[in-house]
Amino acid sequence: MLTKRIIPCLDVDHGRVVKGKKFQNIQDVANPVELGRYYSEQGADELVFYDITATYEDRDIFINIVEKVAEAIRIPFTIGGGISKVEDFRKVLMAGADKVSVNSAAVMKPQLIKEAALKFGAQCVVLSIDAKKNNHGSWDVYVKGGRENTGIDAIEWAQRGQNLGAGEICINSIDSDGVKKGFDLELNKKLSDLLTIPIIASGGAGKMQDFADVLKVGADAALAASVFHYKEILISDLKNYLHNEKIPVRRV
Amino acid sequence: MPKVKIVDYGMGNILSVQRSFEHCGAEVDVVSEAKSILNADYLVLPGVGAFGNAMNELEKLDLIYPIQQFCKKGNPFLGICLGMQMMMDGSEEFGYSKGLGLIPGSVVQIENTTIDNESQKVPHVGWNEILVPHGKDSLLWNNSILNGIEENETMYFVHSYTAKPQEQFRLADSYYGGRRIAAVIKKDHLYGCQFHPEKSGTSGLKIIRNFIEL
Repeated sequence: MLTKRIIPCLDVDHGRVVKGKKFQNIQDVANPVELGRYYSEQGADELVFYDITATYEDRDIFINIVEKVAEAIRIPFTIGGGISKVEDFRKVLMAGADKVSVNSAAVMKPQLIKEAALKFGAQCVVLSIDAKKNNHGSWDVYVKGGRENTGIDAIEWAQRGQNLGAGEICINSIDSDGVKKGFDLELNKKLSDLLTIPIIASGGAGKMQDFADVLKVGADAALAASVFHYKEILISDLKNYLHNEKIPVRRV
Repeated sequence: MPKVKIVDYGMGNILSVQRSFEHCGAEVDVVSEAKSILNADYLVLPGVGAFGNAMNELEKLDLIYPIQQFCKKGNPFLGICLGMQMMMDGSEEFGYSKGLGLIPGSVVQIENTTIDNESQKVPHVGWNEILVPHGKDSLLWNNSILNGIEENETMYFVHSYTAKPQEQFRLADSYYGGRRIAAVIKKDHLYGCQFHPEKSGTSGLKIIRNFIEL
């Protein structure tokens, strides 16, 4: 039986893991290589790295870290942040990534999803969507690290991403991010019901039950950062908890 | 020290594969020319990407014939993920493409419904259990790359297409939506893993160690 995945996420800025709240007040947390190795050994099912500044000068530092982390871990590794062309996919894949996550650039140029899927296979293209609820009861797509509202409907964009060849959708709820009040269950349920590709829920994890809740409404994986970074929840404890909740998980 | 050559044709996560083999005690060479493939002791064909694209890249580098020749020598060969799918006769991914023809069978898309006709997600992504194919003896795994692996151990899969080898070449299966996924295939010393042993934690490393001890 296919198990549900627990994915720690590392936001990397100038070579360090950082964490903010609602995409603001960014703080330094740890060395990405050490933290990556720790999660791999603790039974994380996957690791995600976002290069949150992704400026041209920092790109080489980041690739260097991707290589070092890839060397330290034995689980799948997704890279995102500043990926804007097919050549960027190739660079991070060659540095040891298994999947590549696209966000803003795909909104500007949706064909990027198709080109990358044709070249590297749909399974390595993750469409990451930053979504925020509007006053009409639906969700808007935000870009540029949550700073700019595109006015695009998040659900329609997710569907289009799937049609263009994305292999997974990572849905980040801006309202829930860093608040620790649980994942956006409504949004995750809607997407899980509608899409035929896996959904990774992101933003809002505070306690173990939050993970169970979002996996039960249909998400295939749950992603979190600070609850793991600050050891508020240990991955091994979380896996045991989910197992007791009758959610299939891999336990090491 | 076992000498392993990994075929680099410009696609895929060569680095992770290389690191895992080195971690398991192999001396690794990343190669992309005919001569070094033909005289390899152990040959590994990794792969992430689209089938037709990957075959085109192998063709551009003139590597199809050398890989086929290597596989006739009786030395151990391991195809990983797309590399395993390429061992088959052909694939229907983005139109029909011819494969390496090392193991009879074809590659088809994973169905988007379960056997109960409920919708299911494709790609098949995540950690899934591997099992001895129904009706086969579990002793089958001894003296193979699955030696010491327990049934139900989980491995990391990520794929939208699945190989359909003839029954006798199936060494391990997984189940997705009630249907079989060929997880490991075997013909003499030719092996293919649909999952990524280099990404499957300690279970995966065990498989790699078994391979370099063949």
